[in-house]
Amino acid sequence: MLQFLARRLLVAVLVCLTVLTFAFALTRLAGDLAISIAGPNSTAEDIEVVRKAYGLDRPLVTQFFDWVSRAVVGDFGRSYFFREKVSTLIFDRLPITLTLGLVGLGIALSVALPLGVISALREGRPVDRIISLVALLGQAMPSFWLGLVLMITFGLHLGWLPISGTGTWQHFVMPGTVLAFSAIPALMRLTRAGMIDAMSADYIRTARAKGLSRTSIVLKHAARNAAMPVVSIAAVQLGFMLGGSIVIETVFALHGVGFLAWESISKNDFPTVQAVVLLLAIIYTLLTLGADLLNAVLDPRLRAA
Amino acid sequence: MSRWRSWGRNWGLWLGAFIVGFTLFVAIFAPMVATQDPFAQDLSRRLVPPSWMEGGRPQHFLGTDGLGRDYFARLVYGARISMLIGIATVVTSGIIGIALGVVGGFFGGRIDDVILFTITARLSIPLILVALAVVSLVGSSLTVVVATLGLLLWDRFAVVARVATMQVRTLDYVAAAWSAGCSQPYIVMREILPNILSPLAVVATLEMALAILLEAALSFLGLGVPPPLPSWGLMIAEAKDYMFFNPWVIMVPGMSLFVLVFGINLLGDGLRDLLRTGRVA
Repeated sequence: MLQFLARRLLVAVLVCLTVLTFAFALTRLAGDLAISIAGPNSTAEDIEVVRKAYGLDRPLVTQFFDWVSRAVVGDFGRSYFFREKVSTLIFDRLPITLTLGLVGLGIALSVALPLGVISALREGRPVDRIISLVALLGQAMPSFWLGLVLMITFGLHLGWLPISGTGTWQHFVMPGTVLAFSAIPALMRLTRAGMIDAMSADYIRTARAKGLSRTSIVLKHAARNAAMPVVSIAAVQLGFMLGGSIVIETVFALHGVGFLAWESISKNDFPTVQAVVLLLAIIYTLLTLGADLLNAVLDPRLRAA
Repeated sequence: MSRWRSWGRNWGLWLGAFIVGFTLFVAIFAPMVATQDPFAQDLSRRLVPPSWMEGGRPQHFLGTDGLGRDYFARLVYGARISMLIGIATVVTSGIIGIALGVVGGFFGGRIDDVILFTITARLSIPLILVALAVVSLVGSSLTVVVATLGLLLWDRFAVVARVATMQVRTLDYVAAAWSAGCSQPYIVMREILPNILSPLAVVATLEMALAILLEAALSFLGLGVPPPLPSWGLMIAEAKDYMFFNPWVIMVPGMSLFVLVFGINLLGDGLRDLLRTGRVA
């Protein structure tokens, strides 16, 4: 167990370091950062001043180690555009994105789990086919477009929900639903596959032979074993959802980290972009790490792997 | 029962193939399908509704956009962008992912560890955010979007190619090739690659659908295909300001995107079922 833990931790740390390097390299893609920061109408002197002010005149290796040594202690420098510390900017907006992600995951699970179980119990029957078809339809839905359609329908015509902003819990219903759509098909398929596997296992036959009720077999025996891969995928999906929230936050004008990222990208505010890329990668890595550990605790067989 | 099921499967496969084939046809023969110029503006005829709605005009089948451009022509030329992005991205990411996956699965050991780590690191990188940042930094163009998506979307190809290679590597015909003294490159190219292509075909459809959706999202956020090119995502972005009074302006490109991606997914699903049953038989 300890060895498994150490190995997984090592990989997680290495992934974070790789992304750290990647985030640095990403912002140097355009060539001269100073020109981008100074803006299109700046003179040669302006650019020179910017280059000095942001330390861009130093050798690239020095800049890199400077950014890494600061980033590992949570100092991402100051935003070029917002004139504020990047860490403050992000942590002010993180709660909104996390709320959105968790609402999205909650909706996704509450739709995907029952549908997956029903689909598995009716494997190959029309109900199963219809549910699979619905999953395919959901998968094909462009999230930003779905957001706009919901805004027109529930915001404008029916007037049930607010169109944009973050004031109340109602503000999270539409964005959360849209975000959930991206995760439902994967979660549902996995639940279905897991349930089909579990239902054909020996211990289910034993349970049947013992004369347990169908409800008890499905809920107590099969669902518990089918849940494990779903836990991993749910963690991964939450990571993807937090990354994908950039589109939905922009559509619904939710001022979370995704919206911040979009603003800073369009304003050439590279310290902020770098920091958000890194932050999302770290969250994703922690989520998958957590899911792996949880699974190892639940299923001792995995620890050897 | 089984006949009903196999009909049901083929039904999805054929519908998917029809949608994709039809879109491809429209994309290739766009100038013949749409007789109007998708770029010509006519400010005296802005936001004309589709011809079957009140106030529609027969010469603008799907109406016009906010700049008075013919919506049908823009939709038809937009199919070109989506198909081009989808196919070009799949080719790029497919080459990268399959190369990585086959190398990892074939050699195993340390090399495989490195490849597995590369896949893990790639998965941790937020896709849309990085794509947006790259396009914003390098400048938006069709080529940049394809290159960016191609460099990002190889993970599933790599995962599937790796596992499939591991399975094929241990099979008798590969052992036979070894004992016949075939070289490593020969075995990889002639014995392994042809035998892992079918699961990769399914991945290709998934990635194509994803690439088309991502391009639309990037263009929607203003950092994808640059205007005035008629990308469906860009059309939705341009129509957003009018959507509360003229909902059809976002319905037309949105539904097209939805149907195309659904078709590609149906095709992929159908292929998967076909291959699965084929393997059992």
